[in-house]
Amino acid sequence: MTKLVYFAWVRERVGKSDETVALPPGLVTVADLLAWQQTRGEEYAYAFEQSSVIRVALDRKHAPHDAPIAGAGEIAFFPPMTGG
Amino acid sequence: MPASSRPPCTIRIQSEPFDIPAETARLTAGRTDIGGIVTFAGLCRDEGGRLKALELEHYPGMAEEEIARVAESALARWPLMGLTAIHRHGLIKPGEDIVLVIAASAHRRAAFEAADFMMDYLKTRAPFWKREHLLDGSTGGWVEAKAEDDAAAARW
Repeated sequence: MTKLVYFAWVRERVGKSDETVALPPGLVTVADLLAWQQTRGEEYAYAFEQSSVIRVALDRKHAPHDAPIAGAGEIAFFPPMTGG
Repeated sequence: MPASSRPPCTIRIQSEPFDIPAETARLTAGRTDIGGIVTFAGLCRDEGGRLKALELEHYPGMAEEEIARVAESALARWPLMGLTAIHRHGLIKPGEDIVLVIAASAHRRAAFEAADFMMDYLKTRAPFWKREHLLDGSTGGWVEAKAEDDAAAARW
């Protein structure tokens, strides 16, 4: 099982801050995972419609969209950061 | 302190305000080798009078870890004698502090550059998101990331 966490407008669009899911086999990269998220219903389709702008962290480290997701226990999805 | 030992590095994420003189004193207490301290504080603007507050959401755990990674890069790159980074979260009103970076070194250049680098990287890598609360009582939108911040970070 993998914990998925959401922040800012991604969290609001998905409608939850976290969930634990069994990822389907065949998802290799972050990009595969983002494409799968788009298929999970209306709120996910809305949250991930512009998947190229979504940032992803694997076990609390930034990961590019071509990074492999194997072994990650916690995967976070969020918009570009606006702190500082 | 021998030159080979690791400089003190403080990273904190907190909702309460910070005390800049106290944080500066913590870096300089008992030391006579520091020649320059650069302090940068980022404040909440009222955006021309329309903003009631900023709400800062963060990713607990990753926020500390990511700022620590940025600090490690700064410590590896400049001969620093101390480095502090504090970032607030929660509801912050115009005029209040949001973020603090303090860099200490023997000579000014390293402290100026390290503080500038820390802020550029904090803005583009630390997992924080700002949302506006407006004076008319409505909740405004999420603040959009600026391309100029990415360009600033790419300078380094």
